[in-house]
Amino acid sequence: MNAFSLAIKNLIRKPGRTAALTLLTAFLALSVFGGSLVVSSLQRGLHSLESRLGADIIVLPASAQSKVSFEKLLLQGTTGAFYMDASALDAVREVEGVEIAAPQTFLASLKADCCAVKVQVIGMDQETDFVVQPWIAQSYSRSLGDMDVAVGCKVEADVGETLRIYDENCHVVARLAPTGTGLDTAVYCNMDTMNHLLAAAEQKGVSHKITSDSEETISAVYVKVKDGYDIDQVNSKLNGHVRKATAVRTRSMLTQVSDSLAGVSRTVSLLIAAVWVLALIILLIAFAMMAAERRREFAVLRLVGTSRRGLCRLVLTESALCSLAGGLIGIGAAAAVVFPFTTLIETQLGLPYLTPDARTMLLLGALALGVTVLVGALASAWAALRLSRTDPGATLREGA
Amino acid sequence: MILRAENISKRYFRRTGQANYFEAVKPLSLALEPGSLTLLMGRSGGGKTTLLHMLSGLLTPTEGKVWLGDTDLYALPDAQLSRLRGEQIGVVPQGRSAVDTLTVLENVLLPGQLCGRPAKQETALYWLEALEIGNLADARPAALSGGELRRMAIARVLTQDPQVILADEPTGDLDDASTRLVLSILQKAAHEQGKTVFVVTHENDAREYADRVYRMDGGSLS
Ligand SMILES: Nc1ncnc2c1ncn2[C@@H]1O[C@H](COP(=O)(O)OP(=O)(O)OP(=O)(O)O)[C@@H](O)[C@H]1O
Ligand SMILES: [Mg+2]
Repeated sequence: MNAFSLAIKNLIRKPGRTAALTLLTAFLALSVFGGSLVVSSLQRGLHSLESRLGADIIVLPASAQSKVSFEKLLLQGTTGAFYMDASALDAVREVEGVEIAAPQTFLASLKADCCAVKVQVIGMDQETDFVVQPWIAQSYSRSLGDMDVAVGCKVEADVGETLRIYDENCHVVARLAPTGTGLDTAVYCNMDTMNHLLAAAEQKGVSHKITSDSEETISAVYVKVKDGYDIDQVNSKLNGHVRKATAVRTRSMLTQVSDSLAGVSRTVSLLIAAVWVLALIILLIAFAMMAAERRREFAVLRLVGTSRRGLCRLVLTESALCSLAGGLIGIGAAAAVVFPFTTLIETQLGLPYLTPDARTMLLLGALALGVTVLVGALASAWAALRLSRTDPGATLREGA
Repeated sequence: MILRAENISKRYFRRTGQANYFEAVKPLSLALEPGSLTLLMGRSGGGKTTLLHMLSGLLTPTEGKVWLGDTDLYALPDAQLSRLRGEQIGVVPQGRSAVDTLTVLENVLLPGQLCGRPAKQETALYWLEALEIGNLADARPAALSGGELRRMAIARVLTQDPQVILADEPTGDLDDASTRLVLSILQKAAHEQGKTVFVVTHENDAREYADRVYRMDGGSLS
C-alpha cells in the first residue's frame, strides 16, 4: 500500500470527514466560479456595448425624453420613438471635424394584430452606416435588400421566416450575434424599408411627423470625428450648430454604465475575496482540527516508517482529492445556478450582460478549480507541517 | 545488530522545585546485544518509555547518541531514519497504535508496504493465528479489545521482521496465558533468529524469559 491508496482508504472509510471537507471546498469553488462568471459576463457586456456604439458622438432630438429613452432602449431593450427633422443631418455634416454622420430612424411596432411582435425597428442608412453593418456582416455577408430585416438574437423569428410589422411582410435574412444589450431585442432594416414601414404605421395612426409639412424624419445621427479633432470641441460645436438637437458623447453615456458596472464588479469581487478568506480560515481550522484528531494516527504512521515528507504527502493527497471533487461539484453547482438564471440576473442588474464563450468559461472553471485546490493544499500543508515538527515519540506518549 | 546508547539523557521543560526542567532520563549508557532479550522494569514514571522511544529513533535525546551497528540514528536525515524504523527497528508502543481506517490485517502489513518491502500475507496471518487473533484479521481496530489491539501491534512487529524489537509493556492488557505466549515468542525471536529484543514490563514473571534485567527509577538505570 503506497501513500495514495492509503489516502483513498482514509477518505472512503471516514465518509463523514471526507464529505465535510468536500462540501467546504465545493462552497468555495461555487462562489469563485459563479462570481467570476458574473463579473466577466458584465465586462463582456460593456465591451460589446462599446463596439455596438462605435461612434464618438450621437446626435438626438433636443426633447428631454429622447436621451433617456435612447439609453433605456440601449440597456433595457424597451421600445422608443423620437424624431427630428432630416435637415439636422445636413447641419451635422456642416460642422468641422465630422468625418462620418450616419442617420438612424426608429419605429416601435405595436403589440396588436398588425404586428407579430412588439419590437424596436431601427432603420439605418446603408451608404453611411458604420455601426450596424459591421455587426450584420458577422452573420450575413450581403447587404440588406428592400423589406429585408436582420433580427437581434432575442427576437423570436428565424432566418427565412416572415415578420409582420404594421401589416407589412418583412423577410428575416439574418440573426445577429448577441450583444447582451437592449439591441438584442431590436430589428434592423435599411432606410427604404424604414420609410415604407413609417408610412404603413402612419396609416395605423402611429405618426412620426414632427410637423405636418416635414417630409423626412430621423431619430439619431451617429458621428465619427475626424482624426486630430477634439471630440469635446466637435461635440459642443454640434450643440451650437444643429438646431433642436442635442449631441451626446457616447463615452459619457458609457461611463454611466461602466460606473455602475465597476460598482457591481467591485461588490462581487469583494464578495469572492471575503468568501475566499473565510473559506481559507474555515479550511485551516478544519484541517487543524482534523490534524489534532489524527495526531496519534499520524504518530503511528511515523512509527512504522513513514517519513515527515511521506506524512505531508499523505495529507496533501487527501486534501487534493477532496478539494478536486469539491471543486468540480462547486463549479457544476455554480453553472446550474448561473445559467438558468441568466435572464433574471440581466434584468435584476439592468446592465449589459453577455455570457462568455466556451473557452473563457473553461478557463474560468480551471481557475476556480485551481484556486480551490490551492486553498485546500495551503490549509492542509500548514496542518501537516505543524504535525511533522514534533517527534512521534512525544505524541505516542500522550494519553497512551 | 547491536543497539547502543551513549550517555543519552532527556530533559523536559517543566517547573520542578528549584529547576525549571525535569530530567526524565539521566545520562546513561546501555548496550543491547543481538540474540538476547533485555528486560526493563521499574516504577511508573521512572522514564522507561522515554528511554525506549529514544532507543527506537522516535524521540531525540537532549544529549548523547544512539547507535544501531555503526549508524548514529539521530545524525540521519529524517527520510533515512524513517526508513530504518520501517525496516530494522520494530516498536510495540505503550497504548493504542492502530490506524483506524485499515483492517487488522492491513495494519499488520503496513510497515512493509510503506517502505516498499511488502511482507507476505501468509506471514501476517501466521502471526495473527499464533497470537490467537486470526479470526479478527478483517475486523477494524475500533472493534477490538485492549488486549487484542496489543497483540495486533505485536503481530505487526513480528511480520515486519526487523533486526531490533522494542516493546513497551507488550503484556499490559493480557491474561497470564497470553502473557506467557507473547514472552516466549519474543524470546524465540531473540534466541532463534538472533534479534535484539528489549521489553519494558511490570510483570515479575517475565524475568524467567530474560537474559538481562535492568531497573529504572527516577531516570537512572540500575
Ligand atoms: N513531554 C513531557 N513533558 C514533561 N514531562 C514529561 C514529558 N514526557 C514525560 N515526562 C515525565 O517523564 C517521566 C517519565 O515518563 P515515562 O513515560 O518515560 O515513564 P514510564 O517509566 O514509562 O512510566 P509508566 O510505567 O507509567 O509508563 C514522567 O515523570 C513524566 O511525567
Ligand atoms: Mg511507560
